Amino acid sequence: MRANDESGNLMAEYSAFALIRNALSANRDWKPAWRKPEPKPNYDVIVVGGGGHGLATAYYLAKEFGITNVAVLEKGYLGSGNVGRNTVTIRSNYLLPDNIRFYEHSMKLWENLSHELNYNVMFSQRGVVNLGHTPGQLDDFVRRGNAMRHLDADARLLDLDELKRLMPGLDTSRNPRFPILGGLIQPRAGTARHDAVAWGYARAADRRGVDIIENCEVTGFIKDGDRVIGVATSRGEIRAAKVAIAVAGSTGEVMRMAGVDELPIESHVLQAFVTESIKPFLDTVVTFGMGHFYMSQSDKGGLVFGGDIDGYNSYAQRGNLPIVEDVMSEMLALFPGLAPVRVLRSWGGIMDMSMDGAPIITTGPLPGMYLNCGWCYGGFKATPASGLCFAHTIARDEPHEVSAPFRLDRFHRGAVIDDKGQGATPRLH
Amino acid sequence: MKPQRTGIGGKIHRARTIRFSFDGTSYEGHPGDTLASALLANGIVLFGRSFKYHRPRGVVSAGIDEPNALVTVLRGDVREPNIPATTIEIFDGLVAVSQNRFPSLAFDLNAINQLGGKLLGAGFYYKTFMGPVIGPLRGTRFWMFCEHFIRRAAGLGRAGEAHDTARYERVNAFCDVLIVGGGPAGLMAARAAAEKGDRVILAEFDPTFGGSAKWSGETIDGQPADIWTQFVADDLRSMPNVTLLPRTLVWGYYDSDTMAALERVSDHKVKAETGEPRHRSWTIRAGRVILATGALERPIVFPGNDRPGVMLASAAQRYAGEYGITVGSRVAVFTNNDSAYTALAAMKAAECSSLVVVDVRSQISPAARAAASHAGVELLLGQAVVGTRGYPSLSSIKVQRFDPSSLTTSGVARSISVDALLVSGGWSPTLHLASQAGGRPVWDEEIQAFTPPQPLQNWMAAGAARGAFSTAEAVAEGYAAGGGETADDAEPLPETEPTILLSKPARVFEIKAKGKAFVDFQHDVTADDVRLAHQEGFVSVEHLKRYTTLGMGTDQGKTSNVPGLAIMAEVSGRQIPEVGTTRFRPPYAPVSIGALAAERFGDLKPERLTPMHDWHVEQGAEMMPAGLWFRPRIYAQPGETIEQSYVRETRAARNEAGIVDVSTLGKIAVQGPDAALFLDRVYTNTFSTLPINKARYGLMLREDGFVLDDGTTWRLGQNEFLMTTTTANAGKVMQHLEYLLDVIWPDLKVHLTSVTDQWAGAAIGGPRAREILSTCVQGTKVDNATLPFMGIVHGTIAQVPVMICRLSFSGEMAFEVYCGAGHGQHVWNALLSAGQGFGLVAYGMEALGTMRIEKGHVTGAEIDGRTTARDLHLDWMLSKKKSFVGSAMMDREGLSGPDRLQLVGLVSLDGRALSGGAHIVEHVDPEAPSHSLGHVTAACYSPSLGKYIGLALVSGGKGRRETRAFVSDPLRNRFGPVEIVSHHMFDPQGTRMHG
Amino acid sequence: MLITCPYCGPRDVSEFTYQGDGNRTRPDPDSTDLGAWNRYVYDRVNIAGEHNEIWQHSGGCRMHIAITRSTTTHKISSVRAMRDAGPGAGQ
Repeated sequence: MRANDESGNLMAEYSAFALIRNALSANRDWKPAWRKPEPKPNYDVIVVGGGGHGLATAYYLAKEFGITNVAVLEKGYLGSGNVGRNTVTIRSNYLLPDNIRFYEHSMKLWENLSHELNYNVMFSQRGVVNLGHTPGQLDDFVRRGNAMRHLDADARLLDLDELKRLMPGLDTSRNPRFPILGGLIQPRAGTARHDAVAWGYARAADRRGVDIIENCEVTGFIKDGDRVIGVATSRGEIRAAKVAIAVAGSTGEVMRMAGVDELPIESHVLQAFVTESIKPFLDTVVTFGMGHFYMSQSDKGGLVFGGDIDGYNSYAQRGNLPIVEDVMSEMLALFPGLAPVRVLRSWGGIMDMSMDGAPIITTGPLPGMYLNCGWCYGGFKATPASGLCFAHTIARDEPHEVSAPFRLDRFHRGAVIDDKGQGATPRLH
Repeated sequence: MKPQRTGIGGKIHRARTIRFSFDGTSYEGHPGDTLASALLANGIVLFGRSFKYHRPRGVVSAGIDEPNALVTVLRGDVREPNIPATTIEIFDGLVAVSQNRFPSLAFDLNAINQLGGKLLGAGFYYKTFMGPVIGPLRGTRFWMFCEHFIRRAAGLGRAGEAHDTARYERVNAFCDVLIVGGGPAGLMAARAAAEKGDRVILAEFDPTFGGSAKWSGETIDGQPADIWTQFVADDLRSMPNVTLLPRTLVWGYYDSDTMAALERVSDHKVKAETGEPRHRSWTIRAGRVILATGALERPIVFPGNDRPGVMLASAAQRYAGEYGITVGSRVAVFTNNDSAYTALAAMKAAECSSLVVVDVRSQISPAARAAASHAGVELLLGQAVVGTRGYPSLSSIKVQRFDPSSLTTSGVARSISVDALLVSGGWSPTLHLASQAGGRPVWDEEIQAFTPPQPLQNWMAAGAARGAFSTAEAVAEGYAAGGGETADDAEPLPETEPTILLSKPARVFEIKAKGKAFVDFQHDVTADDVRLAHQEGFVSVEHLKRYTTLGMGTDQGKTSNVPGLAIMAEVSGRQIPEVGTTRFRPPYAPVSIGALAAERFGDLKPERLTPMHDWHVEQGAEMMPAGLWFRPRIYAQPGETIEQSYVRETRAARNEAGIVDVSTLGKIAVQGPDAALFLDRVYTNTFSTLPINKARYGLMLREDGFVLDDGTTWRLGQNEFLMTTTTANAGKVMQHLEYLLDVIWPDLKVHLTSVTDQWAGAAIGGPRAREILSTCVQGTKVDNATLPFMGIVHGTIAQVPVMICRLSFSGEMAFEVYCGAGHGQHVWNALLSAGQGFGLVAYGMEALGTMRIEKGHVTGAEIDGRTTARDLHLDWMLSKKKSFVGSAMMDREGLSGPDRLQLVGLVSLDGRALSGGAHIVEHVDPEAPSHSLGHVTAACYSPSLGKYIGLALVSGGKGRRETRAFVSDPLRNRFGPVEIVSHHMFDPQGTRMHG
Repeated sequence: MLITCPYCGPRDVSEFTYQGDGNRTRPDPDSTDLGAWNRYVYDRVNIAGEHNEIWQHSGGCRMHIAITRSTTTHKISSVRAMRDAGPGAGQ
């Protein structure tokens, strides 16, 4: 049941036909992608955070669980957090089964997302290649690839000739400090247009009746005893039976307002970079094996790339030079022809780095509250599954089967999901 | 008329001629020319094609803000794409080509995109290309099919695949004051600071200092301004406390006033001098920073404003004043402010035959009126340009009455024949670095521009960068910022011309009329696109940028940012600052990746080599990386496979004797009265009871209870231990121990020293190892009584002091021999010659791995950060008598339980090799692999057992011993039966090593 | 970002390793209070503002230092050598 059918919103269906029809009428008939409603005093569910995960959560609450009396509260403009700051990679090439199951679930949602949302999120399955530099590393890749294959994800090994064909600019000689021996590819992995994901979910949720309220900052929680029953915002008090938090990057601060002072999370700044637009140079996503570097090329032609987090707590959305230099060095170790190409822009996003590198989707930690956080580097690709599983957790008060391992209590139980094997040292995940 | 060189004027050196080529045609220019000025001098008006519609474009600016005139510079096979022609100094042999056109710049097939105008509006791609929901193009396929063509049409220049052989370097610099920008404000600031004795660095993007004074035609201190700036620059150059950095872009403002700059050292040269880099990347730690970065002129948005021949008024003035170029003979100026009137004199001097000024204001200042009348121009007040004509470049403009309060046009349009249109929409202070330093820019209603925020770091802005546009203010503010004396008796400031042509523009950013009016030239974002974004709800500045791609081009919106905001403000009925301010991020302008990698380009990480490295290489060893180290994998003999090599080496070690380089093991000296106590706390087992000259195998956990590392630690004295770690974890263990000592137990008297590089180590093992040692070791016996298992002795080999510990990784009776690293090769040689006649063979990592697999010893493949002592059957090492790091948390629910992955041995049952990374399953199905129980961590052919074997981590592994399972390796298409066995596969009693 | 090491003086952040939240208290080694151990190992004060943290001058003297630093501006307001801070400080 679409809440806005009577207002003629169905006519706003996006298609090539609509594009032509609107072009003929000088584009005067396009409607806002989502409404700008005033907040109501009461909702069934409040989702704090109008980023990718919050919007997806609201969408799936409406679509899968029939809960449409939902408000998404966003402090600034919609999608102003990490959904619009990431390097757009979508993959499920993890090592540990719990991670593979979850991200593969996400991948399958991605594969139909543009249709589902009636919004082209430009998911392009151009493959993600991990480069290997030692026999031991290739064995590790094989272990990971096989783990994926045993869980219905796709993976395959690439030899040097295949790598060279795939990436003509790649230095596959024996000359580099760490010569390349081979690679692991997940062909179904790829990239999407990050902003489109936020906007697409927003528009689709809005069309199902969800109120998306921008410039509405949560300033406190309204509690009845321990139970959370609403939020105080810059636009007044709003109450709800259930309050869900999806504010990766600000989790610590928002939860502090609710009286939760400590969580298994550190907020770190991650820088990302884009070069000037160039003609097609790189058709896949590629990662370096002897450091931390990843790169793809956007449809506009910019090489989009990044590396490690700066490695200290930060909410500043700005990084420092050492990581910039590390990242550039690793890029040229793979593609020495790119030295004269120029970096156009850099930016920073705040990562919720969890203690095992895996996310948290959980009921609680307070009654009436639900928490989605700890996405480390991996939040963008998780967006559909995160939204679906979080919506499930909110609607049913129990986890979705693929997100059950990601409950908050796993740390204390010792049931950590540590893909990198680094223990409780967030900067190493 | 096309643009051309004037008979006289400009700062170019006309006496010398430079030859260069553009798009395959050879042209001439002069020293001092940019590629843009030299091409203009040759009558070239078409410089490039726009991103989306492939519209013909000319040069808009004369500097770093250029959105249109991007070219690729070729140096052999190395391609440097997207360089603004306005920033390229020409040199003999320069080869540049235009971009984003096919087949040629003059005739571009993709210009057909213009026909799709309304169809290709902002965000059109979000609304289509989703394809059918069923059939072969369902899912992502249809989009990917379309995307293929979109990608080919997009992009600007082409990057090269050839290895760039240019050198890039990095330099650190320190100063009291960094001054960014070498115009009048920056020069005065530098002079004032330098005279006080400050260490000064003055960075200027252009090849010469002076900024706008180079071409403004004004006078400073009674001299032509450009002469004055050269005097000041020369003075500064002679001062020992001043470093002048021309051709240097300060592009980043990082924390603690750390500034990043790029110096173009040899881009302007035919060939770099020997040892000279192409670019030099400066990291400047400044005590304080003065931003004298000037301001950028803005265009006005009106239909046809992108036609070649339309450019910024200041650009035309600079082309005339600095490069001796007249941009046209019939010139119109279109402005909303007085500053454009300063261009009139320059145009007149550049011999323009007719001049007309179109000003949106009906009232202008007397000074502007005087300038107009002095230049003899036709003055059209209260009028606006509503259209342009001409192909490929401007031939006429259309002018209509304009009401600046209602922003509407009226009356009959008049066509004026012109070949150049100079536009000025006001000025925006260059506040990018200030914004990077933190804080939100502030809107200034009077100058209709954002000004720098309150400083959150130690910088100040001076002159136009602060919104003070006159030369007098530049001089005074620069001097004050530099710390110059302002007392009454201080030396007076240089006199400047009374400037009244300040930029206080009318609040007019756009002229609405029929036709495409461009806001962002490079990305083809029109005023209609901005309005469509508003209509669809994308109203915040970030949504506007992201939805329309406004300001996302290589010029980063230097000219388009404020007009775009202004249009959004108008359509949404808000003030400009309510729409939002753009937060600027590094880099201010694009920076070469090579410069940022600098010395690490081609030399990413150091190489760690053991003292015996050269010997291994001479013996034909295949070296393999182990972290930063290199270790011999096998010493292959001719014709051998890898397996044949390691089997031969292993057999020799098991049957006679083998020697392996173990210098890479981490080694930490643990010294002090509390050393033993400390070790008891960090190891799971006890070390305080260890006698002097004995070693013990130790296990360390992380605080969370998982295994961190293992190794032997040797007690060399009451208060002195030598700890060894695995090669891979040396750094991590050291840091772990240092943290505990500094942070948790600062009361313990223990000192840690990493001595990995101080010792060379050789492990010699096998049935004849003791015989070999006894022939070469002096000063001690090595018999069982003197050197029992885990015992340590000190002696000499070939006159070199050595320390020998009898311990075994291979399972053989074995000895680790350590000596000072400098003597490593010497002792190694002595051991080898002692081993002659005993069948001693050097072995590599494969044989080492084979022997440890046979013995079931764990390494990094099993200690992978997720395993517990119990998983690895090392629980016998967990002391129950004391607490230790990890003891409190190692028994949690998630770390115990029967289903955890546990270490097992594997034996191949089909006679074929196993390999690391294969998974273990109960029921094999190559078509649909599922239900993995675990994975193979290491595998080899065991010459001792005559079988292919492996180690694996298998769920509930202990309980699966003596059962059958399968390896399932779809990636390598290897499936087959295995038997799960105990990980102790060879000599489980250890009789060989105990001898 | 520059950090002033008490021993070496001002040095670039690239010489230092972040060792995490300085507000944590390690339980007594013999403590069996698993809740306290879990909090020590996993839970973090993750404040936007003045943050007590521990760094190591790993590319220099290798000393651990206690720093108070703003996580919103990166400005450092205090630096002490961990060992000078006395036993248990920063735990």
